Amino acid sequence: MAQEKNKKSFLERMGESQVWKSIIRSGIPRTRRQRMYAILGNVFLHLHPARLPKHAVKVGYTWCMGGLSFFLFVVLTITGILLMFYYRPTVEYAYTDIIDLTEQVPLGIMRELHRWGAHAMVLTVWLHMLRVFMTGSYKPPREFNWGVGVLLMTLTMFLSFTGYLLPWDQLAIWAVTVGTNMARAHPFIGHEGPGASLLAIGDINLVHMGSDVRFALLGGRFVGEATLLRFYVLHCIGVPFIAMIFMAVHFWRIRKDGGISGPL
Amino acid sequence: MSKEQIVPPASVGATTIDNRDKNDLGRRGFFKWLTLGWIAFAGATGGFFTVMVRFLFPNVLFEPPQSFKIGFPNDFSRNSVDLRFKKKYNIWVVRDDESIFALSTVCTHLGCTPNWLQIENKFKCPCHGSGFRMTGINFEGPAPRPLERYKISVENDGQILVDKTKNFKWEKGEWENPESYLTV
Repeated sequence: MAQEKNKKSFLERMGESQVWKSIIRSGIPRTRRQRMYAILGNVFLHLHPARLPKHAVKVGYTWCMGGLSFFLFVVLTITGILLMFYYRPTVEYAYTDIIDLTEQVPLGIMRELHRWGAHAMVLTVWLHMLRVFMTGSYKPPREFNWGVGVLLMTLTMFLSFTGYLLPWDQLAIWAVTVGTNMARAHPFIGHEGPGASLLAIGDINLVHMGSDVRFALLGGRFVGEATLLRFYVLHCIGVPFIAMIFMAVHFWRIRKDGGISGPL
Repeated sequence: MSKEQIVPPASVGATTIDNRDKNDLGRRGFFKWLTLGWIAFAGATGGFFTVMVRFLFPNVLFEPPQSFKIGFPNDFSRNSVDLRFKKKYNIWVVRDDESIFALSTVCTHLGCTPNWLQIENKFKCPCHGSGFRMTGINFEGPAPRPLERYKISVENDGQILVDKTKNFKWEKGEWENPESYLTV
């Protein structure tokens, strides 16, 4: 016994080293209190609860769909950044750069990972919503977080939609043409929508084809060069930026609203 | 030190006014500036967001012009469909017995481009077989409504000007609008 006490294990020596202690203040966590500090003191883990109820890890209850959605978001961020090294959002290069990415660039699967990951994320987000709905987890005190979740779902769809245009093939152009034509019919801010004709000074229409919400989305009167650049910026920077803010709120509120909901 | 001599310098009241610095704001002055500050801040923020929204609406577009001249009325012969502007501007210029009008080349079913068939005297869409008369009225296939017409007028130099930013739909009764055709 005495010998064993004197001889420190590798883990113990590592936990006492200055390198370890400077990075992870708490040393090797032994007690519950130390384990909690290890979570609280880590920037990546601190959004996570320090302690979990047993039911929170029951896959049959949670389906892990929220976690998978976040995992896919991370995958899409990483593969997306890699794709940005090769893809140029111009009418001249966009289509051929996609061909180049799949056929010439090493690991052409990167583009497929991004594409299939995006399809999978739409699926997991919907299934996550279904699970939350079926378990009644949208009810007070979690009603605000349900609202945030609906916003995140909308942002996921918009990320898919903006990414759809980037290959710049016939499918992309026409899908986005049809999709953005719906913006024409938006009440008041779409030029063919109800109420748009009311916004006029005398004979001058304020909301017309060159000033409505569709025009702002496309950067022009139809899908073209400006639209490709606009959708690229929205897809790579704009929407992910907003989504990340709301994701932080979403994860934070899970804990503040009493942790993950449990089976009744 | 007796109690009455302790007067906190920050307290506000008639007895302390003499103790205050000349530059001291006082409570009312403080709130005045605070309100002014908040109004200025709200104004600046609102102004910035307005500018941000305006920034998304470009002044110059790098698109083909939406309003263009297509020549003199006599360049178009009676009872014919002019195909010259189909590729460049996506319009057919049609002249019948009494008028000239500009038809959109976008099929009202799913947005393909129909072809003018001279012998059969109709526009026929290759995608799903929608057919339109020379007037643009649909009569066969899945197209739910007639082709759209664009604003047409005569410029001072006598040339015809077509403006694609304004369209006229038959189903809304807009073909009655004198801007949608030229009487010749």
